[in-house]
Amino acid sequence: MSGEDVLVCGAGITSFARTEASGRQLAVQAVRAALADAALPWSRVRAAYGGSDAAGNADTLVAELGLTGVPFTNVRNGCATGGSALVSAVGAIRSGAADVALAVGFDKHPRGAFDPRPADWGLDEAYGRDGLMVTTQFFAMKIQRYMHDHGISPRTLAQVAEKAYANGVLNPYAWRRKPLDADEILASGMVNDPLTRYMFCSPGQGAVALILCTKAVARELGGTPVGLRAAVVRTRRFGSFEVFSPWAPTGTPTSVSADAAQHAFEEAGLGPRDIDVCQLQDTESGAEVMHMAECGFCEHGEQESLIPFGATGIGGSLPVNTDGGCIANGEPIGASGLRQVHEVVQQLRGRAGERQVPDDPSAGFTHVYGAPGVSACTVMTR
Amino acid sequence: MEGPLSTAPQTGSRLRGSRCADCAVAVYPADPACPRCGGPAEPVVLSATGTLWTWTVQRYAPKSPPYVPPASGFAPFTLGYVELPEGVRVLAVLDVRTEDAEIGMPLAITAGDGVPRATGAVV
Repeated sequence: MSGEDVLVCGAGITSFARTEASGRQLAVQAVRAALADAALPWSRVRAAYGGSDAAGNADTLVAELGLTGVPFTNVRNGCATGGSALVSAVGAIRSGAADVALAVGFDKHPRGAFDPRPADWGLDEAYGRDGLMVTTQFFAMKIQRYMHDHGISPRTLAQVAEKAYANGVLNPYAWRRKPLDADEILASGMVNDPLTRYMFCSPGQGAVALILCTKAVARELGGTPVGLRAAVVRTRRFGSFEVFSPWAPTGTPTSVSADAAQHAFEEAGLGPRDIDVCQLQDTESGAEVMHMAECGFCEHGEQESLIPFGATGIGGSLPVNTDGGCIANGEPIGASGLRQVHEVVQQLRGRAGERQVPDDPSAGFTHVYGAPGVSACTVMTR
Repeated sequence: MEGPLSTAPQTGSRLRGSRCADCAVAVYPADPACPRCGGPAEPVVLSATGTLWTWTVQRYAPKSPPYVPPASGFAPFTLGYVELPEGVRVLAVLDVRTEDAEIGMPLAITAGDGVPRATGAVV
């Protein structure tokens, strides 16, 4: 896509641990942190986009941030809320409508599994009554088939979660900060076969804000901006396999994640081989395994010869979810996608502290997937 | 949503879906429009037998509401997608012991007063 180059000049995040703070309070904290990081005042923001799934409207944040008259658009797009806000902010910069733009995502969910209603999904009440309105069943059935087709073992699923908790230990903003080994994870109790309790993320809380700017503004600011080379959101095509589906067509399922990743790489003019660090949606262990292949980082089944050998660890050939991902950070829906972007920004700036990927990573990738078949991806370079 | 599920007259009957004449895409429950091309779809009675495409076990009681546990209380149950010859995979509760579920196993599937149910089939 042509137009202005877009840079991330400020990134702010809150802790993703459970506290008494409201989602809006977290959002204000994240925006202030991002502005401080960029060394810009709130009055300098010319366009703002943001949202949450369950913690209120982003545009109300102006009450705390300042009544500058800035156009502030609410985004509510499920798991792609952060990604869609980011795409909008990128559009504002590229079009010349703004030279400084904000994207903010935040959320706060009650404890326990999400609580969907059949009518909201166009389904007969029988699906709720008979116990089939349970998101974790879908993830389990998708990886169950994938393991059958591509020879992935249960221990590999456990190793994905083991790595997530190990990275969480190194991330001061993570929720789960205790290490758990693969044996403990396998023995933590089956939730939906083949997935055990500690292989899943939980609904949580948190907020992330990013300040985008033009090259001219970045030059004035100095600092260490990161190039946002692509930000895309896609919805599913026919033939995909999604949560809460009473039926699905036969054949190999299509993947909205594959579509979004491919568009992002095309827009960036880069490919998976150019990427030094990536964040892939890990609602549970199986999702990370499948998304590695769907996003183009390996062949289907190759995960079994990568993950057990540490390839996706911080020191590996393809570090994945270096901040602990959803498994260690929980899933505040509106904040999750921008958390991934925040982590890549810090990695590319060399500011990721104890979890810094070695050898000065120069390109990063982020990927979100969510119901009912939506994916948001970004590509960033130093 | 009013659909074949809520109007299915009796347990043990064949699933009633729909099929697009142009793309041959079959769906369940029946939908007047083809989800691929948007064209009109005709009602079709789906096959009574198929094979298990994938499965899992619901090990904990889902939240109530909406879940209504059986009178005997919640017990872990098996569920999965049954692939039918019409080219459609249908989500069903499987009346199959959790330890017996296996991808590719033959199953007989029926409509009832709830979601579709499938049992081990001698095909």
